[in-house]
Amino acid sequence: MVEVQPSIADIWGWLADVPDPEIPVISVVDLGIIRDVTREGGTVVVAITPTYSGCPATSVISMEVEAALRANGVEDFELRRQISPAWTTDWISDAGRAKLEAYGIAPPQAAGGPERCPHCGSGHVERISQFGSTPCKAQWRCRDCLEPFDYFKCI
Amino acid sequence: MADPQFQFLLRMGDNTLVLGHRVSEWCGHAPVLEEDIALANTALDLIGQTQMWLRLAGEVEGQGRTADDLAMLRDAWDFRNVLLVEQPNGDFGQTILRQYLFDAWHDLMLAGLRESSERRVAEIAEKASKEVRYHLERSADTVIGLGDGTNESHGRMQAALDLLWPFVGEMLAPDDLDRELGKAGIAPDLEAIAADYHRNVRAVLTDATLEIPADPFTHLGGKSGARHSEHLGHMLTQMQWLQRAYPGATW
Repeated sequence: MVEVQPSIADIWGWLADVPDPEIPVISVVDLGIIRDVTREGGTVVVAITPTYSGCPATSVISMEVEAALRANGVEDFELRRQISPAWTTDWISDAGRAKLEAYGIAPPQAAGGPERCPHCGSGHVERISQFGSTPCKAQWRCRDCLEPFDYFKCI
Repeated sequence: MADPQFQFLLRMGDNTLVLGHRVSEWCGHAPVLEEDIALANTALDLIGQTQMWLRLAGEVEGQGRTADDLAMLRDAWDFRNVLLVEQPNGDFGQTILRQYLFDAWHDLMLAGLRESSERRVAEIAEKASKEVRYHLERSADTVIGLGDGTNESHGRMQAALDLLWPFVGEMLAPDDLDRELGKAGIAPDLEAIAADYHRNVRAVLTDATLEIPADPFTHLGGKSGARHSEHLGHMLTQMQWLQRAYPGATW
């Protein structure tokens, strides 16, 4: 029997279906934490970078990536933890940013605060706290629709 | 060079471990929910950084000790954190001031370590410095808010500064180990950091309407391990209890 090795593009495609455990609306690829997929000999090597060094989701993400590879018949793989260059929210894809906003989380902005309320679109927003429900988010509120919302911190 | 580097990595990792544990003691007790979450997130970042520093320390030591072994199975005299971070939380203001005094040093230290001649040190510093920049922004703002706040908050912050200021010097005064690592290009020159530290901290404390104590007395003995305060041992009885009672327990 001839074993057909999946292409690197196939693997990227599978990983694009692995949701972030804390924000399941975006995938680990949208989040920009899958840094590389390569093949070394017969081994598929996936380089993953943590968002925040203490983020508890990191180990869950590794498990889910592993499950996705196994589900597609890849048994010979290595998950490599890569901390440099350090993750930046600039690596979140445009699709990922749009999905975040549709989900009610304002995407990161270089200015350091959300551009607009993800619920009503008003630019009249204020910060409640620099930190939020996960290490990657801060709490803001809209002064027009009065709804609180999460803002994805820009780092 | 393996041993000085191991000691240095313990200093970095023990600072973040001990402060991370101290700050986590607030979880569920902070004055308002937002502050509770902020403190827990800060603690989480620090514990995450600890994992990187102590993992590398274990690798450099080469005796097969993991980050968990180093964190949970050493006794007080083997810890190399500065005395500032093991001081008890006190009230919320004292916790925030301790955080600020440490963050202001940590931020400068990590900026220097990003240029380290040891690649693995530079990589950890690059990752940690992004988180610490954020801690510093928050702790500085909060120190100013509370210092230049009500009579009550101002009084508490001044009392906290009087209490904690004698612990600042230990972070900034180089000992033989610091000088050796500085010469090797592994760590930055602490004297250069001290100048920036004093300038930055003086500006924030002036905005906070707080007065730096005139007495230059400095407590030493944490980072060398020669003389930790009694508080560290009490903290370790809490932090290490499970691994001491059930050695090797996992779940």
